[in-house]
Amino acid sequence: MNALLRHLVVLPVVVPLIAGALLFFVPEARRTIRVSLAGLSILIQLAAAVALLYLTSDAAPYIWPEGVGVYAIGGWPAPYGIVLVVDRLTAVMITLGAIVSLATLVYSIAQWDRPGQPFHSLFQFLTMGLNGAFLTGDLFNLFVFFEILLASSYGLLLRGQGGARVKLGLHYIVINLAASLLFLIGVALIYGVAGTLNMADLAGRAAALAPDDRALLDSGAAILGIAFLVKAGSWPLNFWLPGTYSVALPPVAASFAMMTKVGFYAVLRMSTLMQEYETLGAALFYTGLLTLATGTIGMLAAKQLGRLVAFTVLMSMGILLSSMGLRNEALTAPALFYLVVSVLTTCTFFMLSGMAERSRAGEKQSEVEDHGEDNQPTYSAYGIKKPTVYEFSDDAGVAIPAVMAFLGMMFVCCVLLVIGLPPLPGFLAKFALLATLLQPDASDVTSPSSWLLAGAILVSGLASVVALSRIGMRVFWSLASRETPRLRLLEAAPVASMVLLCLGLTLVAGPVTRYLGSAADSLHAPATYIRTVLSQETRREKAGEPRP
Amino acid sequence: MEIVYSLAIGILTGSGVWLLLRPRTFQVLLGLTLLSYATNLFIFGMGRLTLYKAPIIDAATGATSSALYADPVPQALVLTAIVIGFATTALLLVVLLALRGLSGTDHVDGREPKA
Repeated sequence: MNALLRHLVVLPVVVPLIAGALLFFVPEARRTIRVSLAGLSILIQLAAAVALLYLTSDAAPYIWPEGVGVYAIGGWPAPYGIVLVVDRLTAVMITLGAIVSLATLVYSIAQWDRPGQPFHSLFQFLTMGLNGAFLTGDLFNLFVFFEILLASSYGLLLRGQGGARVKLGLHYIVINLAASLLFLIGVALIYGVAGTLNMADLAGRAAALAPDDRALLDSGAAILGIAFLVKAGSWPLNFWLPGTYSVALPPVAASFAMMTKVGFYAVLRMSTLMQEYETLGAALFYTGLLTLATGTIGMLAAKQLGRLVAFTVLMSMGILLSSMGLRNEALTAPALFYLVVSVLTTCTFFMLSGMAERSRAGEKQSEVEDHGEDNQPTYSAYGIKKPTVYEFSDDAGVAIPAVMAFLGMMFVCCVLLVIGLPPLPGFLAKFALLATLLQPDASDVTSPSSWLLAGAILVSGLASVVALSRIGMRVFWSLASRETPRLRLLEAAPVASMVLLCLGLTLVAGPVTRYLGSAADSLHAPATYIRTVLSQETRREKAGEPRP
Repeated sequence: MEIVYSLAIGILTGSGVWLLLRPRTFQVLLGLTLLSYATNLFIFGMGRLTLYKAPIIDAATGATSSALYADPVPQALVLTAIVIGFATTALLLVVLLALRGLSGTDHVDGREPKA
């Protein structure tokens, strides 16, 4: 049994890979099969993620007593083979990813996955890239999983019609390609100096390097860090983000909620493993603050709900980066809690914005989506018969009762989550952050930068109240030429369940915080991680097994 | 050899960055291609430049000293990087053509700047 449970680690990568590949062969017409295959894959991932969450916790010490599980792919031990490593942080991220995927998949079934481009396969590959990036213990595989994730995100982003989407898609692809090249340069530099790409092995070797080599390694790590920060959407590398996220279809934008967090995860993982936590601090703190400022100002300026939600992504990333930059280890656990809450919030809010903006579809159609069918000379220019495009219809489906009341209620819940008011967990997250920030250290002083960050968090909260109530009035109260939108149950249900999930998170905040606390502790004591990853080899030799 | 090699990488990177910052989509595409050449050469160079050394252990001679062989890892990395870069560049090319078709201009912003 235990031997089988060890294979759980690889499921979140392998299951979506197989499902995504199979989905290519199921014809579009067999919709039931497609949808159930995609749903089954996500459910298996969710189950595996929850199991990993349990197995890495203290409650189940029999497989991975120290909370770090290593899976050597093909039986080749680290540092020569490629390993997947699961620890508490990884388990949390994968679970979060699976929840977001499940919600967005259900939402997209309502109408967004209709013929056009292969939605379901790309969606599976996106989750595969996400899970792989969280699981991998090897820098080059991190690159590969990033590319898988990005390649499918390019496809998903371009779904639907319209020049604006193609234009911003082009910008997105170019920026990410450039960032990937930086990533490769960083990886190559690190390999050239340290001779390894395994993160655990690297951490051990970095300490033993000569000062000259160490400088080269640090510059490699810095280049790598820039690549991560591009993905994370840190200032000044984030100007692509609001536009891109706001032109994507709502379920696509919602499934992107995890993507910026991958960048943050990579920075967190590398900096704690390589003990660069100290040197990195100041830079991260100020870029974080500037990201927060960009997000806040952008929110105040945004005129559409989708764009505003995109800026809340920047806001949360700013808070995360700058709290990490304070080099206060006690802040990691509250920051992780904030990360969980902000991912759930972003995902819910993007799905909601898709429904809420629909009621104003008439007035904004020309503004955002130049759907224009005849606006596509490419087909005629290349002599291709124009493919039949499914029209995303606004009035199909059964109207669920009291639509406006439902939408308004959900909007209020999302607002409470973003600005951090009880009873939703946004409050707990911000409160935990502020309480830790303002806690005086050993010499009974709260550092000025802590005050600065606390002030910035509060100001950004106030600004979001202003921005959100203004946009709320515009969307829900401006009665000019509006019709009550009709919703499908499949779209409303995931939004409502995400809000309920958040409410549940408030109720079980105690255990969740404890788990995240232990995740943060193991992050700051990387010795266990390093030892567990590298001991695979010695264990094998002791047991007298032949080398594969 | 090192000088020539690093000069080549430098020239490729310089031209790549310059082209990347140009306003026409095709120039951007070429810039990215040049940059990826430079990156691939850089990865390869990180395995140290050697002559007449194979990356696979020769079973016939049985020599195992690492000084006799080239480092195989960067070569494997380069191979992967080339494949991924090629695929994403092809995708970018499709998007570039779509933008050209939709907007009628090859400016990256989808419209000509006002003169």
